[in-house]
Amino acid sequence: MAGNQLCRPAETFGGLMADILRQSTLPDPFRAALSARWKMLDASSLTEDRDIEADVAIVGTGAGGGTAAEILSEAGLSVVMIEEGPLATSSDFRMREADAYPQLYQESASRKTKDKAINILQGRCVGGGTTVNWTSSFRTPVVTLEHWATAFGLAGFGAGDLAPWFDRMERRLGVAPWPVAPNENNDTLRRGAQALGISVSAIRRNVKGCWNIGYCGMGCPTNAKQSMLVTTIPAALERGAMLLTRTRALKLEHAKGRVSALTCTGLGARGTDPTPRRITVRAKTFIAAGGAIGTPALLLRSNVSDPHGVVGKRTFLHPTVVSAALMPERVDGFSGAPQTIYSDHFLGDDLSGPIGYKLEVPPIHPVLAAITLPGHGAAHARWMHDLPYMQVIIALLRDGFHPDSPGGTVTLRADGTPLLDYPLNDYFWDGARRALATMAEIQFAAGVKTVMPVHVSGSSYNSWSDARAGIAALPLAPLVAPVVSAHVMGGCPIGADIRRAAVDPSGRYHHLDNLYVLDGSLFPTSVGANPQLSIYALTAKLASGLVTTLGRGPSG
Amino acid sequence: MSNSAPPAFRINRRTFLKAGVAGGAALLFARWLYTSTSASTQPPHSALDAAARTIMAAIIPVLLDGALPKGADLATARAETLVAVEQAIAGLPPATRGELAELFSLLAFAPTRCLVAGVWSPWSEASTGAIAGFLERWRDSRFTLLRSAYAALHQLVLGAWYAQERAWPAISYAGPPKLSVG
Repeated sequence: MAGNQLCRPAETFGGLMADILRQSTLPDPFRAALSARWKMLDASSLTEDRDIEADVAIVGTGAGGGTAAEILSEAGLSVVMIEEGPLATSSDFRMREADAYPQLYQESASRKTKDKAINILQGRCVGGGTTVNWTSSFRTPVVTLEHWATAFGLAGFGAGDLAPWFDRMERRLGVAPWPVAPNENNDTLRRGAQALGISVSAIRRNVKGCWNIGYCGMGCPTNAKQSMLVTTIPAALERGAMLLTRTRALKLEHAKGRVSALTCTGLGARGTDPTPRRITVRAKTFIAAGGAIGTPALLLRSNVSDPHGVVGKRTFLHPTVVSAALMPERVDGFSGAPQTIYSDHFLGDDLSGPIGYKLEVPPIHPVLAAITLPGHGAAHARWMHDLPYMQVIIALLRDGFHPDSPGGTVTLRADGTPLLDYPLNDYFWDGARRALATMAEIQFAAGVKTVMPVHVSGSSYNSWSDARAGIAALPLAPLVAPVVSAHVMGGCPIGADIRRAAVDPSGRYHHLDNLYVLDGSLFPTSVGANPQLSIYALTAKLASGLVTTLGRGPSG
Repeated sequence: MSNSAPPAFRINRRTFLKAGVAGGAALLFARWLYTSTSASTQPPHSALDAAARTIMAAIIPVLLDGALPKGADLATARAETLVAVEQAIAGLPPATRGELAELFSLLAFAPTRCLVAGVWSPWSEASTGAIAGFLERWRDSRFTLLRSAYAALHQLVLGAWYAQERAWPAISYAGPPKLSVG
């Protein structure tokens, strides 16, 4: 679309796009291809219980489940995909937070940890997180893979082992350097960091013909983002796979070391409450890919054997703190590719010391800004009034690499839904304080007028020296300094050691013969980078191994 | 929390500590009262009952002071924000709706409204100052539970307001680009 004009800045581009669009309508390939041959069932509309059989049942259609569905269906296996969220496609993506958060996110984008101190953005729709993520594509950092090998004894998952799987998934999903200049929000991070001698790099993105609009988090309206929704899932459907939506996996039925069936419930049209309708899925092989909160919760509800109590433990979030600033000129942080610049300068390779952090920026849309900015009344309204001038940096803390960073624990509420208990300790807050200072220093070096470390006090500073002193004295505690997360990882770690790992190095659950885990819950620690590409590569490798195990020969 | 809390805050802390036991019992009673009186009349998906709606209607203009429009548009903006809050709550899972129902029952029940929230008149009669004081005390409370309740009200109301197109001119946000999706 629009050929080489993709390299123009956003404003020109926006005008060009509007011209084009006045004369045409946007294609929605999913809806266009939706044919009688595609097997789909929206369980919110079921009037009676259903029984479904397949070779493989996959719970979840995000980065893990979507990747697995394509590979297994390509190998000739009959696949059924079970998705808790709705099917929403590009013509539903109206770029409005009021629509997108309730429709596409877990708990209307307000999922919280047990003490409510961390707000978790997690996708819940066909395509899962890949439908709503900000397209940042990183290979798993080498230091992370080496840590998994040395500290967790995980063999066969080094950078060299995974390279062909990264290559394969990068080709499949169009992961490439982003040729367009960063928007001002990202460029402020670049300028400020470079002024201070802090290294920054460009983020690769999984897009094809991206229009640089900036609404990735609300579902891509142009189908440029190569999410599971527009790649692997249509491919699996084309090969005869079945897609159940508004269908929540409740419980695996198992005996004598094997799973025989999966009981699911329909969810009402709003997606919040179960209906009385039950769907029973019988399969030879079951794959849990509901994400690092959903997968452990399914295993816990199913009372699977877990002699060493590892399921749902060591759940990681990249807990994130936020620094808002005001620039003298417009930033328009709601416009343009949301994440294109990052810095790993403060991650470092030393995993035994204080917690490290990755620096990125978020898109700045009204609701996201309003719920993140502290306080209320006139003070809050003043910051919102300056929304177009706002610049925001986020620091994602790399959790799980140090004894003082054990992560969280997935538990079940009385109604069986998952609840993540993630206590924030001094080791975390030390990193949060350093990160708030780093971000303020970078923002002042880039020329901002005012910095507000996002904190309930609402304190803001007009110089780096004031900010340094102020941040050093800020009281930091849960719900005093807001913490957010968009990356849920761990809880069913992969490894040969049954005392510490839930699944073996083939992805098979250690205590059930035909249950596999193929999602972000496999990670023994956090990734230390936006996790989508790590999930793609790891699950592509494991799903391809599973094809061989099931006697279908090596895949594609 | 911080050691820099002003003296008034410390007095409130003592009030809170004294109110703790009574407040806990009152909360249980309020929860019982709430469920026994409203369960039969409340349709399953109604996000707020009448008492909760009164509370939200009182809190909305205080949280959004400086953001809501002046003059003739004010009443509509308040009413539509209340509707948007109800829609937002209806989109939450049953467990979260239950927690919010407990919060509203605590705020609605006169003894806990006075002792825990520190609001001494019924919500429909409470002054802006009294409501602002309540919000600030909970925001700055030493109790995580009360801070989380403030955070919930903050997220619901500020999110509901800025999700609406009517809020965007004041923040110079033109809305998403017009793609005329067919």
